Formats: sequence, C-alpha cells, structure tokens
Amino acid sequence: MMQAREVGAEAPEIEVRIPSRPEWVALARLSVATVAARMHFNVDEIADLKLAVAEACTNAIQHARESDEIVITCRIYSNGLQICVRDFGIGTEAERIRSRDLGEPRVGGLGVYLIRALMDEVEYSVEAESGTVLMMFKKLGDSAR
Amino acid sequence: MARVDINMQVRSVNGSIAVVSLDGEIDVYTSPKVKDFIGKLIDKGTYTFAIDLQNVRYIDSTGLGVLIGGLKRVREHGGAVTLVSTNPQTRKIFDITGLIKVFDIYDSVDDAVNALK
Repeated sequence: MMQAREVGAEAPEIEVRIPSRPEWVALARLSVATVAARMHFNVDEIADLKLAVAEACTNAIQHARESDEIVITCRIYSNGLQICVRDFGIGTEAERIRSRDLGEPRVGGLGVYLIRALMDEVEYSVEAESGTVLMMFKKLGDSAR
Repeated sequence: MARVDINMQVRSVNGSIAVVSLDGEIDVYTSPKVKDFIGKLIDKGTYTFAIDLQNVRYIDSTGLGVLIGGLKRVREHGGAVTLVSTNPQTRKIFDITGLIKVFDIYDSVDDAVNALK
C-alpha cells in the first residue's frame, strides 16, 4: 500500500490520455513536468518525475499488447505527487514489472529499475483482463510545502 | 505538442575514431534513429567512438540501451566507446544504473578522444 500520501486529503486530479505510440511519450512527460513545476518540485525532482513517467509509458508501449491508449493520472497531495500510468494490454508478462539486476550490461530492462530508484513508492497492479496500472509517488521536499 | 527530435553528426579523428555529436532528446521515439545512425557507422567498419552527449537534454533507458548495444557490437571487433557529458541528470542516470562503471565519461570531447588513442 502507498503510505506516503496523506490519506483522506483532497487530491485534485489531472488526467492525460495519449495514444500508445512512441511519438506521444514526450507529451506525457511534459504534462507531468508542468504539474510538478506548479507544485514547486525542484529542477532535479522534476527531471526524476519526467523520466519515471516516460519509462512507465515506454514499458506500456513495448509490452502491453492490443492496448491503443495510455492514461496518465496525476493526483496532487499536499505532501507529494501520485502518478498512475494505466494501459489496457492483455496477457501482461510478469517480466515487464521485474526490476533487473545490474550485472553484465545488456540492452533493455533498465526502465523499471530507474522508476524504483527515482520514486519514493512504486506499486504495480496487473489484471489479466484489463491491463496494468503502475502507481508511483514522489514526496515533495519540505521547502516546497 | 513540443517537437521531440534528435540531430546527429559525425566527424572522423585520425581516420579511425568517430566523434558522434548528439543534440536533442533520446527517448523511445528517437532512440531507433540513434541506433540506426551508429549501427550504420559500425557496419562500415568504424569500431572506436567518442559519443558527445553534451547537448542531450534528456535520455532514458531506451537511449542507454542503444549505447550498450553499440558498445557490445564494437567490443566484438576490439573497439571502444567513450562518452562526453557534464549534465548532472545524465550522469545521475548512468550512476543509478551502474553504467558509470561500464562507460568512461569525460568532461570534454578532447579528453574522450585522447582516451581512445
């Protein structure tokens, strides 16, 4: 369970829906960056959020078969930003949500590792019939609250 | 929406070292273009690269994958790859993923080229 966000707090939502295609991932990360800047995350934290949401969208595009759309939902809490990235692929493979070991360098497999490293909390929910939701939370620094 | 693209240039040093300069953002959309660009140079027999990332404003795991793939290919021919970046975010990603131990990253193109000589 996500513990960091303030339970019961009113959380404004911003939702962005993009086609599940590479050329639209930039829109997802720029949208999240705009929300994060509005919340006064610092430059480094915004860069982390952009990368994490882009990795989640890339993962969805590469692994979620028969999914035409990705839905990115930002929920603004007083102590941080929750981002949900939902795809509607079927037959989701367990491999896609596994964080890789950092041993011999190889192509691919780094995205989930980066998401887990950059965000404060990460949860995957995989449903065979309805797709995958990646929920992540980034705490807002004390100076911005 | 903002146009996301990548500009790529190559110049040769001493006839054997390719200095590849990348300018833009490397993500799931643009990384195939970078892979193709470097791949064609390797196909033509270039196995030693200094890749300049100083003007790369954004790179994600797909970009890292292209660099790893290129490194593996040139190593099969006894080649090498050095990188140039002073961008703290880029260096942070290499650090987090452990790739800082795989690639030698320099502050200038001259340093990256000299390391290959």
